[in-house]
Amino acid sequence: MKKSEISCPFSEVRTNIGFGEMDDQNDPVTMLLRHKDVRKGAHDWKTFQSGSTPGRIVIPSEVNIRTTRQIPFEVDPPQHKSFRDILDPWFKRPLEEKYQAKLTAQISALVDEVLAMDSVDVISEFALKLQSRALTLLLNTAYDKSDLWISWGTHVFRSEGEALDGDKAAILYDYIDAEIDKAIANPGPDLYSVLLASEVDGTKLTKEEVKGVMILTFAGGRDTVINAVSNSLAYLADNPKSLERLREEPEIRNRAIEELIRYYAPLTQMGRVVTEDTTVCEHAIKADTRISLVWASANRDEKVFENANEVVLDRKMNPHLSFGFGTHNCLGATHARTIMKVLIEVLTAKVQSMEIISAEENIEELGEFKRKVGFHALQMKFNKK
Amino acid sequence: MAKITFITSDNETITLEGTSGSVMALAVDNGIKGIDGDCGGVCSCATCHVHVLPEHVAKTGEASEIETDMLELDDDADKFSRLCCQLEISEALDGVVLRVAK
Repeated sequence: MKKSEISCPFSEVRTNIGFGEMDDQNDPVTMLLRHKDVRKGAHDWKTFQSGSTPGRIVIPSEVNIRTTRQIPFEVDPPQHKSFRDILDPWFKRPLEEKYQAKLTAQISALVDEVLAMDSVDVISEFALKLQSRALTLLLNTAYDKSDLWISWGTHVFRSEGEALDGDKAAILYDYIDAEIDKAIANPGPDLYSVLLASEVDGTKLTKEEVKGVMILTFAGGRDTVINAVSNSLAYLADNPKSLERLREEPEIRNRAIEELIRYYAPLTQMGRVVTEDTTVCEHAIKADTRISLVWASANRDEKVFENANEVVLDRKMNPHLSFGFGTHNCLGATHARTIMKVLIEVLTAKVQSMEIISAEENIEELGEFKRKVGFHALQMKFNKK
Repeated sequence: MAKITFITSDNETITLEGTSGSVMALAVDNGIKGIDGDCGGVCSCATCHVHVLPEHVAKTGEASEIETDMLELDDDADKFSRLCCQLEISEALDGVVLRVAK
């Protein structure tokens, strides 16, 4: 098996039963595995709630390490729409030409850097740097702020050997509190200031609400973008013809990006809290328990995707759920897609080939399932065009 | 060459001409309000939902199964709904009128 491949641990249970089960810190989760069930679950925000106790819909649950509600993803309609209405235009800025020009300059410099090295750990020295630097554009803050974020490492809430690390989360929270205070004292063109000046349903956002948006912006787009970037690089290294094809057929790049995002599903699942007794696949689910929407499983559903376990670079119909679905679809999707687009542009222009030297897999343990989501370390060599 | 008319949610009528590609791409390139086309046309995001005016349904044909599944969960969907990333521009579409859902 090639190092870039990710098999689907859910196939058998998805086909035969339709749902899985896992225990998460004594708050069990029923995992929805079929494409249709996941989409329906994501759509039905009344039965499957996001606005539960802060941290409860995240798996592993963060109820023990935070009380701040992350916005907008832990808020349900109708209030959810009021927040999205102010956030969506800001998070669509990556579509602007000047935003993309700055991102291209960042990624181009980073690729030059790794082309000059004998080999590089793509996780810590490429994807993490790329993500942190690109975040300065999304926040519209100074480029050098990224140095500190890079120093935090790949996980905001996790450290080696500990799934949830409250002390580490506190570093991020204290940092965001301080940045909010700075923006209050000295408003600028950054996201903190924009949020502080915004109103939702006629009321200015509180500091706590601004913090909720900022935590989500930092945490939600971190390991996900790192996984998308590093898995895609591993794929291109393992399949040299694919880079050549992307170089020669720019018209398939968009499809290729969606396909890599489908296949690698950078976020495995997201939870919801059940508001009333219901059923999924004839299985009873009690009120106040949790379900999860397993995007990674839905994306490999053979009933929807032909050759679901293969990367088909120019796949035309691709109703993947990697950015979620419905009301709560990913706020950062435009930024993520733009990162992938610019990355492919820069790689095809500058890189002849890539080789994987060594890889340490990042495997998630989800009850009876073990899913590779990416790598802890990925040593690669980049060859100049 | 096909003439394609969009009616936006604020009742603006815009007629565009196209020769190839998807109706979604034509709309996005020309900044039609309410058509985002986030996924670039692979039927993944449902941000290009339009209602075909009933008298023009023969021009567009029927939605595929995947497209129908996608629309089924959209609150504003009806039997005239299409994702316009799945509408390929050709002479057959000439004169079609689409009401933008969002």
